Amino acid sequence: MTRLRTIKLNESVFSSMKKDGDRVREELERKGTFLINLMSSPGAGKTTTLVGLINRLKASHRLGVIEADLDSRVDADKVSSLTGVPSIQIHTDSLCHVDSGMVEEALKDFPEGLDLLFLENVGNLLCPAEFDSGSHLNVALISVADGTEKVTNYPKLFRYCDAVLINKMDALPFFDFDYEKAAGFLASCNPRAAILPISAKTGQGMDEAAAYFEKAFQNWRK
Amino acid sequence: MHELGIAFHIIKEIDALAEEKSLSSVKGVTLEVGEVSGVVPRYLEDVWKWACENRSKHMSGCKLTIVVTKGISYCKSCNKTYPTLPTGRKCPHCQSEDTYLVEGNEVLIQSIQVDDESAE
Repeated sequence: MTRLRTIKLNESVFSSMKKDGDRVREELERKGTFLINLMSSPGAGKTTTLVGLINRLKASHRLGVIEADLDSRVDADKVSSLTGVPSIQIHTDSLCHVDSGMVEEALKDFPEGLDLLFLENVGNLLCPAEFDSGSHLNVALISVADGTEKVTNYPKLFRYCDAVLINKMDALPFFDFDYEKAAGFLASCNPRAAILPISAKTGQGMDEAAAYFEKAFQNWRK
Repeated sequence: MHELGIAFHIIKEIDALAEEKSLSSVKGVTLEVGEVSGVVPRYLEDVWKWACENRSKHMSGCKLTIVVTKGISYCKSCNKTYPTLPTGRKCPHCQSEDTYLVEGNEVLIQSIQVDDESAE
């Protein structure tokens, strides 16, 4: 019978994931590309918001989009046809999040010289916050129609974010969403996160949101 | 399926190590999973076999052993430590929420078991 021997490792899984993320960030830095990871629940309006942001930023920046879904390439086609920027669809193959390995693969298919690359993560408020995608900026998107509890029930995601977009503000009169309470909770669980109320549909707050990304990109490039 | 992503990552790390150390096959992996790491041992065990068969070169049939480590929190109000579960952020001694997690949110690859090719 073969004998087994034990090799001690004591290696932290989360810090090695972070290391993989750092490697992708370094590669992006060499290319001068700023990666923005957009996370939200399904149906909060990620794709529509992305189209609105891209159309406001594309005149002055070279942009790209990575669309992540369990299946189909509906989102990638939609974003490309409405904005004209290159998009790549990645299938996460039943995984609930995008990790840096998937981003690394997707980067091979993009032209060189992108300024901003948006990653539309899988619609999920839990798992994407646990897997480093290699992004420089992490953004959560929620909507007024989701209810105030969407904010209070997922503190882990909001603590991880640099900015939170609150979408569908035009529909505020029709829902019980308590904007003050949501904004107060966000500020208490993550004081450094910017809170940006928008309506991707009417365009309310979208110029300000685009300006926020522009500024974050400029700060990163310095 | 969050645990599947964790399993893929562990397998990728161990496969890379096997290549580096020229190990033909890895027979066992021992993980330390923190009670409040967000990783559910039972789900990880469920996906492990499939992930090893489908995503690994060196880990076919690799046995997974999970050691759960307790969550421990510290209360800044009464300067005591307490088990994080079941009260979570609230200190069971003084009810304060001014507390922080000391340990129990990590997942560690503690060791791997390989054939002892040096043995007679």
